Amino acid sequence: MEQLIQQLVNGISLGSIYALIALGYTMVYGIVKLINFAHGDVFMVGAFIGFYSITILDLGIFPALLISMAACALFGVLIERIAYKPLRNATRIAALITAIGVSLFIEYGTIYIRGAQPEAYPNGIVPLKSIEILGVKISGQSLLILAVSIFLMILLQFIVYKTKIGKAMRAVSHDQDAAKLMGINVNNTISATFAIGSALAGAAGVVFGIYYTKIEPLMGIIPGLKAFVAAVLGGIGIIPGAMAGGLLLGVIEALVSAAGFSLWRDGVAFVVLILILIFRPAGLFGKNVREKV
Amino acid sequence: MRQKKVAGIFASLMLAAGVLAGCNSSTSGGGDKDADKGGDIKIGANLELSGGVASYGQSIKEGIDLALEEINKEGVNGKKLKLIPFDNKSEAPEAINGATKLTSQDKVVAIIGAATSGNTKAQIEIAQSNKVPLLTPTGTADDITFKGGKLNDYVFRTCFIDPFQGTVAANFAVNELKAKTAAIFIDSASDYSKGLAASFKELFTKEGGKIVKEEAYVAKDTDFNAQLTNIKGAKPDFVFIPGYYEEVGLIVKQARELGITAPMMGADGWDSPKLIELAGKEALNNTFITNHYSSGDSDPKVQEFVKAFKAKYKDKSPDAFNALGYDSAYFIADAIKRAGSSDSEKIKKALAETDSLDLVTGKMKLDDKHNPIKSAVILEYVNGEQKFKTKVNP
Repeated sequence: MEQLIQQLVNGISLGSIYALIALGYTMVYGIVKLINFAHGDVFMVGAFIGFYSITILDLGIFPALLISMAACALFGVLIERIAYKPLRNATRIAALITAIGVSLFIEYGTIYIRGAQPEAYPNGIVPLKSIEILGVKISGQSLLILAVSIFLMILLQFIVYKTKIGKAMRAVSHDQDAAKLMGINVNNTISATFAIGSALAGAAGVVFGIYYTKIEPLMGIIPGLKAFVAAVLGGIGIIPGAMAGGLLLGVIEALVSAAGFSLWRDGVAFVVLILILIFRPAGLFGKNVREKV
Repeated sequence: MRQKKVAGIFASLMLAAGVLAGCNSSTSGGGDKDADKGGDIKIGANLELSGGVASYGQSIKEGIDLALEEINKEGVNGKKLKLIPFDNKSEAPEAINGATKLTSQDKVVAIIGAATSGNTKAQIEIAQSNKVPLLTPTGTADDITFKGGKLNDYVFRTCFIDPFQGTVAANFAVNELKAKTAAIFIDSASDYSKGLAASFKELFTKEGGKIVKEEAYVAKDTDFNAQLTNIKGAKPDFVFIPGYYEEVGLIVKQARELGITAPMMGADGWDSPKLIELAGKEALNNTFITNHYSSGDSDPKVQEFVKAFKAKYKDKSPDAFNALGYDSAYFIADAIKRAGSSDSEKIKKALAETDSLDLVTGKMKLDDKHNPIKSAVILEYVNGEQKFKTKVNP
């Protein structure tokens, strides 16, 4: 029993990182109908910016988190302006291939600049002690991850549903042309979406570094794909869906490992993707919407 | 892509180390030229002096240079040994070119090299057909000397083979740590890891121990909490993790965070300063590794070597590659002495007959597969420092 609860805690910690990344996927998809495959690499860049802020600028976790989020927001907007905006009216497949290109460009550009060797986040930067409840050990880092993730998700909900820019984002995602006719600046709204999504990825990068210590230039690939699965699982384009999908995927993976099939863990994540696409293509939270005419 | 990446990591790590090593070997290179040219016994060194794993080759050459300096004070059979180095650029095709040049052009009596198993395997064919003994200081793959039921009779090595470290670890767990139960956590993508785990399991169960949990991961994973929770549930006295430092660092950290306090142990794959950064000094306490050699070994033979090495190389503390390079030169010199001739055929026979040769990396004897039977050292991590724990004889 203890072991099961411990595995659930493991799964939720991992899942909240997936959720943070998945939010960015889902927001971008919701608004421009583009699977931004470079999103996992923004996550990686965020991890490195956080690392350098902590080691070179000698900052604490929270300033490093903020710097990383700000830098990633800027980076996300740049990617959108340079790579995706010229293709906004091109076919979906052209944009998708470009996204893969951008992803590879960021990965290998990073290797070119700083080499492929991994870095280790310094130990002991989280002053929290681990706590023990009923024989289940929850590390300080896990608690921090959960706290940061939940806070950012609430903040995101607030932005999307209570602010003007959030209203614009919802309008653009619903119907770009109509939004334009209503006087909404579509370009700025899309940029804002990329900025917020990328900032979340940057935060996830720093949190990942703190929790798992090791960061390296290709670290974004697998979490990026998993987050994509999480986004589809919850229903791509739906913000609460991405959160639930991320947490669910983390827990599924932990339980698969707990059952003794640790080598199947990554496989199971993608089996989940296939099953969802077959039986519930709109995702757990999705509604089957009729094609707009 | 994964392979490229690993190569890249190595390249950049080794480049940094190589720069340092480079300074030292250039000073020693000058000394060789002063040696008497007439009637020297020529030994080839086909090593990775540049390229991806340059630090391995450089370190081995430093060891060989020091050994030859000492050997040549007395000479062997009234002659001096002369080293003909060849840089194989850490590439197999270059290693083949090197072996061809050394055997046909330079007419060496034996070749030392290469550092990696792959570059050594590339030379086997040439060594066999030209009947020149080939001695790898650090090639640990078991199919170098014996493959497909057939002995490569001209091929030798100075290091022990991978699975041996698993045996040593099992021995240590049972006899020193008094472990009754053990868990094994392997990298399922690595033959090295599987080989070590198999030999550990065999001896540990033979000694009456019980393997209570076997878990696996894949290289490049970052989250090991789920498997470690399973291991924790099985409450082992000892955890054997024969992996490489990149994952092991994270495994040790996560294991300690989950509250696994049992001693953990690995092999030479752990041996990197990066391990300490990844795992943290505190988490690494109560962990052990097996290795070929330790500069902290109190054996007078080792201390003598450390002193001589520091005197020659500006106070640098010799690592396992330095020691194995040094030993390889002595291994060959001893064989030439016993052969009483510089005939390759006789040297090969003498090499194969090597028995209780006292080397820095332990007293060595060759088995019928040309694999050395020798001692291994066990190091303990104490506050982020490797401390010599004990020496285990086979």
